[in-house]
Amino acid sequence: MSTTDTSDVTTDITTDTSDVTSEATTETSDVAETITETAVTITIDGRSVAVPEGATIGAACNAAGVNTPTLCWAENLTPVNVCRVCVVELEGSRALVPSCSRIAEQGMVIHTDTERVRHSRRMVLEFLGSSVDLSQTSDLHHWMDIYDADCDRYSEDDHDAKRVDEPVKIQDELYIRDYSKCVLCYKCVEACGDDAQHTFAIAVSGRGFDARISTEFDASLPDSACVYCGNCVAVCPTGALQFKTEYDLRQAEQWRPEDQTVTRTVCSYCGVGCNLELHVQDERIVKVTSPSDHSVTSGHLCIKGRFGWQYVHG
Amino acid sequence: MTDIYLSDERATDPEIAAVNAALSAAGADPADPVVILETDRLYTSGTARRRQRRHFLLPALHALQNTAGWISPGGVNYVAEMLGVPPAEIFGVASFYDLLHTEAPDHLDDVFHVCVDSPCRIEGANDLADRLRAEGKHVHLGPCLGQCERAPALFVQGCGGRPDYVPADSAATGATAKAATGATTAQASDSATTQAPDSASTKASTEQPFLLPQAPNKSLRLLRRIGVVDPCSLDSYIAHGGYTALHRAAEIGAEAVLESVAASGLSGRGGAAFPTGVKWRAVAAESAQPEQSEQPKRSKQSKHVVANCDESEPGTFKDRIVMQHDPFALIESMTIAALSTGATQGWIYIRGEYPLATTRLQNAIKSARAAGLLGTNIADTQHQFDIVVRRGAGAYICGEETALFNSLEGFRGEPRNKPPFPTTHGLFGEPTAINNPETLLNVIDIVNEGADAYRSRGTERSPGTKLFCVSGRIGHAGLYETPFGITLGELIDLAGGVTGSGQLQAVLMGGAAGSFVGPDSLGLPLTLEDTRAAGTTLGSGVVMVFDTSVDMTDVVVRIAEFFRHESCGQCVPCRVGAVRQHETLVQMQHRGRLSPQRRALIDDMAEVMADASICGLGHTAASAVRSALSLGLISQAPISPGLISQASIS
Repeated sequence: MSTTDTSDVTTDITTDTSDVTSEATTETSDVAETITETAVTITIDGRSVAVPEGATIGAACNAAGVNTPTLCWAENLTPVNVCRVCVVELEGSRALVPSCSRIAEQGMVIHTDTERVRHSRRMVLEFLGSSVDLSQTSDLHHWMDIYDADCDRYSEDDHDAKRVDEPVKIQDELYIRDYSKCVLCYKCVEACGDDAQHTFAIAVSGRGFDARISTEFDASLPDSACVYCGNCVAVCPTGALQFKTEYDLRQAEQWRPEDQTVTRTVCSYCGVGCNLELHVQDERIVKVTSPSDHSVTSGHLCIKGRFGWQYVHG
Repeated sequence: MTDIYLSDERATDPEIAAVNAALSAAGADPADPVVILETDRLYTSGTARRRQRRHFLLPALHALQNTAGWISPGGVNYVAEMLGVPPAEIFGVASFYDLLHTEAPDHLDDVFHVCVDSPCRIEGANDLADRLRAEGKHVHLGPCLGQCERAPALFVQGCGGRPDYVPADSAATGATAKAATGATTAQASDSATTQAPDSASTKASTEQPFLLPQAPNKSLRLLRRIGVVDPCSLDSYIAHGGYTALHRAAEIGAEAVLESVAASGLSGRGGAAFPTGVKWRAVAAESAQPEQSEQPKRSKQSKHVVANCDESEPGTFKDRIVMQHDPFALIESMTIAALSTGATQGWIYIRGEYPLATTRLQNAIKSARAAGLLGTNIADTQHQFDIVVRRGAGAYICGEETALFNSLEGFRGEPRNKPPFPTTHGLFGEPTAINNPETLLNVIDIVNEGADAYRSRGTERSPGTKLFCVSGRIGHAGLYETPFGITLGELIDLAGGVTGSGQLQAVLMGGAAGSFVGPDSLGLPLTLEDTRAAGTTLGSGVVMVFDTSVDMTDVVVRIAEFFRHESCGQCVPCRVGAVRQHETLVQMQHRGRLSPQRRALIDDMAEVMADASICGLGHTAASAVRSALSLGLISQAPISPGLISQASIS
C-alpha cells in the first residue's frame, strides 16, 4: 500500500513535469508532451491546487498533501485502476472516480473525505479483507483503522464468507506464489507484459471471484515463458508473490525487516548500470530490489541482478 | 520484438483446418503466421502485425471449441503462432467465456444449454433439463439465452464440427425436426459457421411466416416488416420499402442526417438512453486521419460503426427477433450511421447464442455487398463502408460497450474506464459510434419521414416507439411495439393479462439490471422520464410479469447469482460485492428471515457497488435486489401470512 511521501511528489511535479506528464497521458493525449508548461487548477477538499496538464487527480491529491490509499497503482506501471480503494468524489459525476488514473481537468472540484468516499473505501477494504489474506500487505491496516473496516461481519455462525483459498505454489528455488493473498491488482501481469518485461508468461484467467493470475493452463513456471526476472515479485503489494528466501525465513519465523540493512550498489554483470538494493539480514542477502524511481531500471531487473548473488556468500 | 514461448503440445489436423478456415473466413491469411521461426527471427514489424491480427482471436477460439469441444493446449499454441498472441493471454481470454472450455471434455457430444433465469425457471427449465438428461444429453444450466418469449429456452452448442443451433428456430424454419432432439444431422439446421448463408437463404422462403403477437398491423413502425418480409432476400426487403432511407440519406447528406437524428430526440435503447444525435455528431467531428504517434495501432486511423448485438440482459430478446426476421434493416441503418459519421468500418458483435440471427446477418451483408450497398462506393456516394460479423462467446459483460471493444479486439471482455469515451477512443482506440440494433432501426424512419413526423409518436421527452420484451406469467409473451407513454397496465392487458393465479405480484422492469415494481405501478406511463421519476427504469425494454404464485425469493436469489456469475472480476466492489450479496441472500433463504444487520449490510454493499465499480454491471448489480426488499417481495416471503397474523394476534 503506497502513499508516496508528499514532499517528494510535490517536488516531482514542480521540477520534473516531463516525467509525470508523459507517463500519465500516454493513453489520452499524444500532444501533451509539447505543452507540459500548461497547468490546470483543481480544488481538493476546498484547497486550490495547480498541477501540470495530464497529471492525475491522485498526483494532485499528493501535491495538496492529501494521502490516498492504493493497492493497484505504482509509479513504474500504467494505472489499471481496478482496486477502487483510491476513489474520490468528483462534483458532477454520478459515480466516484479513481484518483490514480482520472486526469485532472481545469476546475474540477474533488472531495476526498466525504461520507460516500469513506464508505466506498471502507467497503473495498472489508471486501478484500473478507476474501484474501492481507496479513503481509504493508500499510493496509492503517487505512482499515482510519475507515473503521470490519472484515469479519460477512461471516456468521452458520455461514462462512467465501475466501480465495489456494495452496502455495512452490515450483522453483527463486520465488513462490500464494494466491490466497492475491488482490488481483494486475501489477504482476503488467510488469511481466507491456509495462516492463514483455514476456507475457502470466495473465488474468477465469472470471469474477474465480479470476486468478495464471500461466496458460496453469503450467508450472519452469514450463512457462517465465524468464525469472522477478519483476512481478517486486511489484506485488500483498506478499502473494514472494522471493523464496523471504518465504523460507517467514516460515521459520525469522523474517525481521527491522533488523535488515539495505545497501545500494550497481549490478556487476553487464554494462547497463542497474542499481541494486541488497537487503541483508544476519550477514546474508535475503532479497534484491531496485529503486522504482531509478532512471535505468524503473525498479525492474533481470534474473542476474535479481537472483545471481550467491557468489557473494562464497 | 519478443519471442513467443510455446510448449511442446501441437494442434491436431482437424484443429488446424478449423482455425485456418475460421481465419480465412474472418479475413486473415493463414499462410502468413506472425511468429517467425528461428532463422527468420529478425523479421520486422512483428509487434504491429500482432496488433493488427489480434482481433481474429475470438473466431479462432470458436473454431477450436467447435472442433475439439475445448480450447486445447496444442490449439492454443497453433493460434499463438498464427496471431502472435502469447499462450498465457489466449488462455486468459478463453477462460473468460462460458462457451469456451479450457478443460478437456469427457465427451464429444453437443452441449444443451438450458436457461435458468426467470422466466425460464418459473416455466419449467429444470424439468426440461431433467428430460434432456434422461435422453442422455449433456446439459449445461446457464444464464438467459434471449428466448424468454418461448421459455424454457434451449440452445445447443455443437461439437466435432457440428454447428450450434437453437431447436426452436430450427423447428420454425422447417429444418430437420431431428435437430430439435439433437441428432447429429444438425448441419442441416441454421448454421453458425460462416459457410452457412446460402443454406439459410434458400430455407426461409419455405418456412412458416413468423407471427408477432400484435400480428403485422399498421401501427407498427420498427416491427412492420417482421413476418412480412423474407429475411433472406434483399429484393423482398427493397419491395417492402427497404433502402429508401439510405438513398435519401445519400441525397440529403451527412449533415442533414445528423440534424434529423438530433432533432428527433432519439436516445439509446440499450438501457442508458444516451442521445444518439450527440453520439453521432461527436464521431462525425473526429478526424479520420491518423493521429501523430510513433507507433500507430493500425496502419491508419479509421472510424467505426458498431452494432451492439450482444443482447444478454435477462428478459431481453427484441434484437434477436429483429435480426432474425428483418436483418437488412440493421445493415441499412448501420450504413446510414456510417455515411453520416464518416465511418468506414462496420462491426456487428452478436452474442454466440444467436446462430440463426448470425447466419441471416451474414447473408444480408453478402447480398448488400453484391448489390453495391456495401463496399467501396455505397449507393454511388463514393463512400466506403463494409461490415464484419463477430460472435461473442457467452459473457453478459460484453454487452457493456467498452468490454465489447476489448472482446472484439481479442482481449478479455473487461470494461475500460471512461473517460475517454468511445466517440473518441472506441474500437482499436479509434472514434466509434456504438449503438443497439433497436436504436439504429429508428434512424430509418427518422430519415424517411423526418424528425417532426417521428416525434408525433411517443411523448415530448420520449419520442418515438419502444420495443417491449414481455415475458413471464402473461397471456401472450412476446415482442411488442407501442409509442412511449403506454401504461404498464395497458401493456400487460395488450399482452393478454396476468396468468397463473391471475393476480399480479410484481413486474421486473429492465431486466436483472433493472428493478421490480408492484401492482400499484400499473398506471405508470412507460417513458424514460416517468420511469426515472418512479425510481425504476425501462432498461432494455424488459417487462417480466410475476403472478402471486411465484416464489419471489427464489427469483431474486437467482438474480444475485446471475451477477455473481457474470461479474468480470476486474474491480473489487463488483467482484467481491456480487459474491457477498448472493451469499447474504442465500443465507436469508435458508434462515427464512433477514436480520436488521444483514439488511443494512445489503445496503452497504449496494452503495459501494453503485459508487465505486468501473462499469454499469457493478452499478446496477444490487438494484433489483434492493427494489425487491423495499417492496417487501422477499424479506418476509418464507414466512407464511398465516404465521404472521397468528404472531400479531398473540
